[in-house]
Amino acid sequence: MTNLSEIQPIGAEAEAKDEILRVENLNIHFPVMEGVVFKKQIATVKAVDGISFSLKRGETLGVVGESGCGKSTTGLALVHMLPISSGRILFEGQDVTTYDRAQVKKFRRRVQMVYQDPYGSLNPRMRVRDIIGEPLEVHGLDKDKEAYRTRIEELLKMVGLLPDMADRYAHEFSGGQRQRIGIARALALEPSLIVCDEPVSALDVSIQAQVINIFMELQKRLGLTYVFIAHDLAVVRHISDRIAVMYLGRIVEIASRDDLFKKPLHPYTQALMAAVPIADVDAERNNKHTVIRGEIPSPLKIPAGCRFHRRCPVAMEKCKTIDPGFTDQGSGHIVACHLHPLSPDSEVTLRANS
Amino acid sequence: MTAPVLQVKNLTTRFKTDGGEVTAVDNISFDVAAGETLAIVGESGSGKSVTAMSILRLIPTPPGTIEGGAILFEGKDLLKLNDVEMRAIRGDRIAMIFQDSMSSLNPSLTIGQQVAEPINLHRNIPWAEAYKKAADMLTMVQIPDAEKRLSTYPHQFSGGMRQRVMIAMALACEPKLIIADEPTTALDVTVQAQILDLLQELTQQTKTCVILITHDMGVVARHADSVAVMYGGRIVEKGPTREIFNNPRHPYTKGLLASIPRIDGDSSQPLQAIDGMPPDLSALPVGCSFAPRCKYATEQCQTSRPKLLPVGEQHFKACFND
Repeated sequence: MTNLSEIQPIGAEAEAKDEILRVENLNIHFPVMEGVVFKKQIATVKAVDGISFSLKRGETLGVVGESGCGKSTTGLALVHMLPISSGRILFEGQDVTTYDRAQVKKFRRRVQMVYQDPYGSLNPRMRVRDIIGEPLEVHGLDKDKEAYRTRIEELLKMVGLLPDMADRYAHEFSGGQRQRIGIARALALEPSLIVCDEPVSALDVSIQAQVINIFMELQKRLGLTYVFIAHDLAVVRHISDRIAVMYLGRIVEIASRDDLFKKPLHPYTQALMAAVPIADVDAERNNKHTVIRGEIPSPLKIPAGCRFHRRCPVAMEKCKTIDPGFTDQGSGHIVACHLHPLSPDSEVTLRANS
Repeated sequence: MTAPVLQVKNLTTRFKTDGGEVTAVDNISFDVAAGETLAIVGESGSGKSVTAMSILRLIPTPPGTIEGGAILFEGKDLLKLNDVEMRAIRGDRIAMIFQDSMSSLNPSLTIGQQVAEPINLHRNIPWAEAYKKAADMLTMVQIPDAEKRLSTYPHQFSGGMRQRVMIAMALACEPKLIIADEPTTALDVTVQAQILDLLQELTQQTKTCVILITHDMGVVARHADSVAVMYGGRIVEKGPTREIFNNPRHPYTKGLLASIPRIDGDSSQPLQAIDGMPPDLSALPVGCSFAPRCKYATEQCQTSRPKLLPVGEQHFKACFND
């Protein structure tokens, strides 16, 4: 089985050193069961269906897609919170999918998560001090009480909150402040990779900007690597170095931020970009927005061939039967579409799935 | 110029809560002209949804009360109508599209029953005929196999399809005004574009006025003729869409526009965030509600409240500074 990582251009080995994360042909399938006493599996939801990518230290990978495309499932798998069906997740060269409990606990010091819902992800019965300090406690880093207290104050300051807020409860904070608490908690163990699942989509626009700026500032200061999952293309564009576009469990296009926005190759990426309304009257009124019809199909019934073909405005006959492989269109701009066959310098034919 | 279809004058809506009285909508006035799409934008708690509910008189009383003001629609003051008269207007002359189509459709009635109901009720058309009309409506909102779909239930539809049903219901009695409260917030962008384009196309054909309530400035730029920007229960700026975007005058509008990342903008610079957070409606400042977050706030802004005054043709702002 070949995968995406094998079509990296020459020189990939030299780069491999600053590679922090590599995902190889990741599959996450959920069984659909029927029956009360005698359960039998009647179908499979292919939430994530063969995705591969790699991530350099200090880089931000944006993952965009519509609901049901598998972006959050991927995020959960990256922090080892979901069992995967097959594939490998290599963090700093080690396959984390084979880790036992003790190893996972250690791994969590390196990889943390920030959640979407600033209301649901903080325990209402705990003081902010304990919420932020809990990861330290779990990992036995609270023995030196003085250092523990200073660390919590430091974390609060890092995300722009005041140290004397430590004794309050989550409900005393606004949505934006709560999201800051969530970020402080993720930072407590000094992780190198943070997976952020829609971290700003529950926030008001003027607050969103504050939180995005905090993310970017912290990355600069602490050298963090982010996987930034969001549905808002504008936010993802602002924060990411590279962007992966997902559709129905697959990455359909992955490229550097500027390549993707200057030259989107996959018809779905193009449609997604056209559909985003821009806060500018003149740009908007000259635009045609409805490029594609219909909605994302159910992951229970993934269409044969290219999974986008039923909504694709330029679908060809072969799109209905043949699943397009990934091709590198130069400088790591990778796309899965029959419109963009292999470039001459690439030799491997690829199928994401066996 | 013809008379506006809807005139809201000095509307104030308050709620009694455990934490004291909350002024959700604070003395606001605006007009909607014939065929116009007015967008009301603002962040959560700015009073945009309460404004919509007040127009339809759907404010739960108690704890809410509409205090004073007038809502003139087709020559009648909606605030003076009794419940029966109001019910005759709702769904007939003024229709509403809600954000959450799953909970605003009845899960135990078929799509056909729900779309035909306003036709039967307001137009006195027998059910059999109303069903036929309902099928036409579903075809109009581009639901394939409309006739077959009449006997299905809301859960059998996707989110985008349910929102189409909501539009069909809203348009069923050919209303003069549609109030759409965040109609696409729960939908994916590609579906959002389809739904909003459809709504715009249909309301332009029928010359229906729309009040579009949203927090998304992109949606406003794309679909609205004019904009009212709300903050802390008040309208801080209103005007034609092009004016508001190209020449915003209120510091909040300016800040809001600057804080939005754009898919075609410069992403090397940090976003211009507005510091602080939206005001607590139970403890609004005496002066301008934006003053605590405003870079230009002066002594006067803290102590007295700015009126909404003209700064250009059809362009108003509530701010002491120039």
